[in-house]
Amino acid sequence: MDDARALPSRPRPRRRARKAQASDRRELLRDGAGAGSRAAVELERTWQDKPGVRGFLSANGHKTIGLRFVVTAFVFAGLAGVMGGLMRHQLATADSHLVGPDFYNQLFSMHGTTMMFLFAVPVMQGFALYIVPLMIGTRNTAFPRMSACAYWLYLFGGLLLFGAFATNTGPDAGWFAYVPLAGPQYGIGKRADFWNMLVTYSEAMGLMVAVDITTTILKLRAPGMTLRQMPLFVWASLVTSVMIIFAMPLVMLGANLVQFDRMLGTHFFNPAEGGDALLWQHLFWFFGHPEVYFIFIPALGFVSAIIPTFARRPMFGHDAIVLSLITTGFLSFGLWVHHMFATNLPELGKSFFTAMSFMIAIPTAMQIFCWIATIAAGRLVMRTPFLFVLGFFFILMIGGLTGIMLGSVPLDLQVHDTYFVVAHLHYVLLGGAVFPLFAALYYWFPKVTGKMLSERLGEWHFWLFFIGVNLTFFPLHVLGLEGMPRRIYTYGAETGWQTLNFVSAVGQVINDVGTLLFAINLIRTVFFTKERASADPWGAGTLEWSVASPPPKCNFFALPVVSSREPLWAPAAEVTHVQGLSAQIREGLTTTVIDALPDTRYAYPAPEIWPFVAALSVTVWLVWSIWSVPGFAWGLIPPALAFLLWYWPNKKEAIEEVEWEGEP
Amino acid sequence: MNGVHDVLAPAGPQALALFHLWNAMLVACVVVFALTMAVLAVALWRAPRAGERTRPDLDAHPRREATLRRSVVWGIAGSSVLLVVLLFASFFADRALSALPLADAVHIDLVGHQFWWEAHYEPNSPERTFATANELHVPVGRPVLIRLRADDVIHSLWVPSLGGKKDLIPGRESTLALRADRAGTYRGQCAEFCGYQHAKMALVVVAEPPADYERWSAAQRAPAREPATAQERRGLALVEQTSCAMCHAIHGTRARARRAPDLTHVASRGWLGAGAVENTPELRAEWIARAQKFKPGVNMPPLDAAPDDLAAMSAYLGSLR
Amino acid sequence: MSSRCRDRALVLAVAGVAGALTAACEREARDFLPPRPGAQVAPAASAPASAAAIALAAAMVGRYEHNAYAISAGKRLFAWYNCSGCHANGGGGSGPALMDDVWIYGGDAGTVYLTIANGRPNGMPAFAGRIPEDQLWQLAAYVRSLAGLASADAAPNRDDAFLTRTPESFADPAKPETVKPAVATGRPQ
Repeated sequence: MDDARALPSRPRPRRRARKAQASDRRELLRDGAGAGSRAAVELERTWQDKPGVRGFLSANGHKTIGLRFVVTAFVFAGLAGVMGGLMRHQLATADSHLVGPDFYNQLFSMHGTTMMFLFAVPVMQGFALYIVPLMIGTRNTAFPRMSACAYWLYLFGGLLLFGAFATNTGPDAGWFAYVPLAGPQYGIGKRADFWNMLVTYSEAMGLMVAVDITTTILKLRAPGMTLRQMPLFVWASLVTSVMIIFAMPLVMLGANLVQFDRMLGTHFFNPAEGGDALLWQHLFWFFGHPEVYFIFIPALGFVSAIIPTFARRPMFGHDAIVLSLITTGFLSFGLWVHHMFATNLPELGKSFFTAMSFMIAIPTAMQIFCWIATIAAGRLVMRTPFLFVLGFFFILMIGGLTGIMLGSVPLDLQVHDTYFVVAHLHYVLLGGAVFPLFAALYYWFPKVTGKMLSERLGEWHFWLFFIGVNLTFFPLHVLGLEGMPRRIYTYGAETGWQTLNFVSAVGQVINDVGTLLFAINLIRTVFFTKERASADPWGAGTLEWSVASPPPKCNFFALPVVSSREPLWAPAAEVTHVQGLSAQIREGLTTTVIDALPDTRYAYPAPEIWPFVAALSVTVWLVWSIWSVPGFAWGLIPPALAFLLWYWPNKKEAIEEVEWEGEP
Repeated sequence: MNGVHDVLAPAGPQALALFHLWNAMLVACVVVFALTMAVLAVALWRAPRAGERTRPDLDAHPRREATLRRSVVWGIAGSSVLLVVLLFASFFADRALSALPLADAVHIDLVGHQFWWEAHYEPNSPERTFATANELHVPVGRPVLIRLRADDVIHSLWVPSLGGKKDLIPGRESTLALRADRAGTYRGQCAEFCGYQHAKMALVVVAEPPADYERWSAAQRAPAREPATAQERRGLALVEQTSCAMCHAIHGTRARARRAPDLTHVASRGWLGAGAVENTPELRAEWIARAQKFKPGVNMPPLDAAPDDLAAMSAYLGSLR
Repeated sequence: MSSRCRDRALVLAVAGVAGALTAACEREARDFLPPRPGAQVAPAASAPASAAAIALAAAMVGRYEHNAYAISAGKRLFAWYNCSGCHANGGGGSGPALMDDVWIYGGDAGTVYLTIANGRPNGMPAFAGRIPEDQLWQLAAYVRSLAGLASADAAPNRDDAFLTRTPESFADPAKPETVKPAVATGRPQ
């Protein structure tokens, strides 16, 4: 079958290619042939991760990196969950002496920092890295080395933070580290320095993955997958990634300004010398509010991917949901002052942010109504992923509505910085992100591992988790109204807060049991189940289900051409696959941004050790700069060297690419 | 510490306005939640069940789609209208908060420290001003205008039964206007994480009839009572000559430092250490000896004194009504 | 890597981690209660500090010099107890400068403690009996940090206040600040 559209060739490199020799002529193997053919074997070999320790450190396949992100994120979440459990235990009784104030301060700071920076955002990015290329019909993300480097930065940042915590140097000023408490005079010791360092790591990591995903989505989609035909999860990932690019640099800037205050003696946040303590709050929350949407919007993408499959029909209001996602992303940048309503900012200005906070409910409501419409008009498959989606509806709505309450300036003046906020944030994060995350795990687990998780254990997990979350966090609304502030390590018996705190602790134990069941389900399935899942166990419509479970190393033996939103559901079009890409170098096809017309051949970089080395060198720089002022400058030399070696052109690769250039 | 500490038990106009707003928003949100869940429940109930192999429905169904579209549009329209109504409710509540008449207000200067509250009444009037700490008395029915400043880190004053909170930010000055319309003891607490003992930085507001308030403030303005017994005299001598006087002030004695709560009338307060311990003779002696036991991380150092000396100091301080 | 190389690397790694652990624990410990009994003042104990007290102080100050919380407490007390009244913020005034390398009576931990506890001629009050022992150690540790003699990691950085001097963590004993007080203090020129 000939490809009806000719592929335009790449512009020739300026360097003159060396003269062809007889030994150059080797057989060019192309993709597009069937799974068992010689070309297919070669294709798999080309896309395989290299073996051994060096191979492990230099892997840059999107599935490898995505999986690493998700697994590491869950480990961090487990650790932070234990901290949360300790806090609940401490607060379960009045005047408890389980932990002292200093350790408790570190506990809640670590819990928040780990969950927000080391779990919630990376796990969503990890899912995006794994699923998006499969869903858009390509073989890897656009900048795989950058995502690989991002993973190592993430790992090192997390290890350093926990290393600090293990040596009594964990941050102790809350997950948002307000100055002056985290500043040079009152932030005693090196604890806040490690927090600033983690934020730098986190921002760099998030930004790198965001740039990678944005480019992948815009340029590497299958021919025919116009923006209107793109699945909703891909839209959610695109919106999130663009938001990250705008918001993350600001928190790194802010954290570095605090670090300059702490290490170099600058006065950015010193009111006596012209600075302002409130400046930090603005800088942080301008990032901090979009941050929760980095966690929420991909979860909305999960829900939009799961509902059509389990309602056996395309999503109702697809375009409306796309517009809602974009609007939510946009509006989320205009809400940040609602975290600062108790300060002495002008009242009229604050009211503007009330209006914006209310306004953002509308696109979210639009999505919820479209989803319910899809369910109402569908035929329902009641399996675990769908159960978690239903749980998401319940818990997210409560969280969203308490969010409306918190968005009102006067009402916020009563409930700000109380357990009402703790209840709200856990409802929106657990309901709005973790429930869809579990749904996505159960949904895509067979695709990733080739085995189905147990349905029965999944149902138990769902019900225990649902009951546990409600039991743990609903009483906290009441506690906030009864006057219990946040971040207190204990309270007196005369406050009357003990009963509800105890109930909450019981709920948290139920949560733990549910999570344990999930862990058992995972381990049992991965290590002890023999039955393999088919390519499409759920009967879904998007492209990732067209390949085997788990996917071949090259994802697709021939890149697909699509013409509808659910390619596996719609009847096949005349032209179905792209032919002619190399099976011997890692090649893909770029397409135009809006209409996905074939554009150029794209040679993906081969696995290299430099992303790992670069991440290591950045670690050297950041750690050095915590201890020494000249380290800020001298420590830049290792990263400079590492990046130089990374970008150094590879002659062998260039020759291979030129060889493939003119091929049809 | 015993005191009303509840958003849902308003004792003044500010808290009352917020209580009404809370009720309005609660009703609205519960209705929206119930409606949405009901629609979802009905959808789940009525939709037929299927399996993974059921063929997906790709047909057009124009009438059904039109009905769904209409429902969604109505849902969005309804939600928007409700949000606008709530927005106006919020705005008007905000205006109500700032419309508290402030004629004849009691002026208080409140400075937030780690981990206590320093209060100066009538700071602009040299003949009427006095200093106290951690416990405020206010006259029922008269507004109180509190000027808020922070000495070290960000704190936040919050007395839920009387009104919303306001942050105390170093380098910035804010004000909070409250009024208690009912006599009683109202508890407040620091509501912005400020360090080790953020948990035990309570503020008590005692609202009393105007006559009682005048009596209280006149007593606060007076210098410290002279010691009456030998034990109290010994206690005063110890307080003046040892580490107490390095940080505390007792007007009328040689203790004049301003780094810690003013003790001139400490026995008139129900609690010590910003709500950490009750102000009884035994607990007072224990607090003096080892404040860190009750409030680890507080700036008050332990005092290694003989039990007799501690009892004497406690007796003297207990006489400072 | 040969087995011996690997062993050596392992030992170095373990030593490095242990070193980091102890250094961090020393620096970051928050001892709200003084670590030694007898560290508080007995009321009316206005006798000059004994040799035992000086020896204990030298040990404790040596420890506090590596503890961020202690030095920070010393800094707070320096302001609270109005040491700035005579010593300014380290630059000296009617009292000698504290951030230079000139020590009239000696700059080691025990001597600095003795100076604060017993006072000195020409105006330095005696604070023993008025300031608790533990706070005297914290103050001594802070005074030494002004001259750069405490651990730079544990020393505080800039104040959240008007800029009055280079932060303590920048103080370098090898490059001391030289301050010439305007008023004669009787010290040898």
